[in-house]
Amino acid sequence: MRIFDPHIHMTSRTTDDYEAMYAAGVRALVEPAFWLGQPRTSPESFYDYFDSLLGWEPYRAAQHGIQHFCTIALNPKEANDPRCVPVLDELPRYLAKDRVVAVGEIGYDSMTPEEDDALARQLHLAIHHGLPALVHTPHRDKAAGTRRTLDVVKESGIDPALVVLDHLNELTVGIVLQSGCWAGFSIYPRTKMSEDRMVEVLKEHGTERVLVNSAADWGRSDPLKTRRTGDAMLAAGFDKAAVERVLWDNPVAFFGQSGRLELDPEPDAPEPDESSSFEGNSIRRGGA
Amino acid sequence: MAVTTPNPSAPADPRPALPAALTPQGRAWLDEATARPTAIRALFPAVRRRCGHTPLTGHRTVDEAARAVLLTALPLRGPALADELTRLHHHGDPAEQRAVLRALPLLDPGGPDGAGDLGDLALPLLREALRGNDNTLIEAALGPYAAAHLPDAVYRQAVLSCVFCEIPLDRVAGLGDRADVELARMLADFARERIVAGRAVPEDILPIVRSLASADAAALYGTDGLDGVT
Ligand SMILES: [Zn+2]
Repeated sequence: MRIFDPHIHMTSRTTDDYEAMYAAGVRALVEPAFWLGQPRTSPESFYDYFDSLLGWEPYRAAQHGIQHFCTIALNPKEANDPRCVPVLDELPRYLAKDRVVAVGEIGYDSMTPEEDDALARQLHLAIHHGLPALVHTPHRDKAAGTRRTLDVVKESGIDPALVVLDHLNELTVGIVLQSGCWAGFSIYPRTKMSEDRMVEVLKEHGTERVLVNSAADWGRSDPLKTRRTGDAMLAAGFDKAAVERVLWDNPVAFFGQSGRLELDPEPDAPEPDESSSFEGNSIRRGGA
Repeated sequence: MAVTTPNPSAPADPRPALPAALTPQGRAWLDEATARPTAIRALFPAVRRRCGHTPLTGHRTVDEAARAVLLTALPLRGPALADELTRLHHHGDPAEQRAVLRALPLLDPGGPDGAGDLGDLALPLLREALRGNDNTLIEAALGPYAAAHLPDAVYRQAVLSCVFCEIPLDRVAGLGDRADVELARMLADFARERIVAGRAVPEDILPIVRSLASADAAALYGTDGLDGVT
């Protein structure tokens, strides 16, 4: 099983996790910039974090056979702290980097006016830089927060095909898919969404424009939840192609829209077909 | 010890091999970018996407060579040049930082162009890379500019770092000229620790230990290298 985890915070994970993820089939991942648990108190603290998402963490991942990409943004929680908001002015210099494949995580936490402003500004940055946007939906008041997020996405003028709304559940998936946006699901050990519920969602809504991630971070979470979901899909009668579509093809297609998702060929990768091969044996998706 | 000329065997200038490796679009973009030196802060991060990143020559890549073209086209010298390089390095991702480090010998009076009159001003960039954990940056820092400018103590520590990080010593510029008795002692001590721990000793430290270390340190290895050492 070949797995692309489209949302995982490796900064908070150990080398044991990297090894276990590789063994489970994870070959590529996207690490969104997010809250570190401990509040930051100055923009400089973000810049070191962004540098680490672009430098140290991809280097660490590569040592375990995993390709690491990231998304860059001011997260919704810290968008409420006036000491952190100047980060928005410096984002363009990070959004120009090769391994940045989206703007994110942006979105709502408590749905404050400050969060409104940061979300709108960062959707415009995504448009300006030709990047997709990874949008977190709030854990509290999720349904209302998701509707409000969709309104702001619509107002911004960004192509909904470039937007994923993440941390969805049975109650929010319908309106998101209807809007033309992608639907992201974070599979957690105990709360929010489990692999079995995920299988039911896939049965009802299909595998198109659906992303499944572990969202593993510094909290109670499990970086192998992508694999567990793949196993649950097979056990429920989905074929291998459907699993590959959800766990690999879909994230590659979504982040490939950045034009920056350059995946190295791997020894155990399936033979690339005519349309996915580029310059001989290298697999490069997403165009210029 | 004797100060130093950059290692002539190190391929310091990747630019001549570049034109043949660029697509027409890549070349046109680079020509245009080169003519706009005031826009370098916006253009420098985009090089890899515009010009490509395939291997070029030695251990260089197309993007490194293209970035060297942009840096050597800057109409800046001395402190002004050092400031711009520092900024590009500070705001750069690892690929950009490698490119800045590798271009330093081209901007140094002792380098092939001697274009930028850089002198010692870029030493802080080397020190930052050498403090880090990224082997690719450590290796990029240890080119002819490092061989010409790093103080002895820093140079020795850098070589020792390479041995620890398993960076082959033939990637370190100027080692033939700059290796001294003190470096040989450090490497011999390192070898002793490894032998006590039952671990392998990298072969590429042997020539330095043999030719420069004290007789009893060199005798660690006998005359046939690492026979008996596991
Ligand atoms: Zn997250």
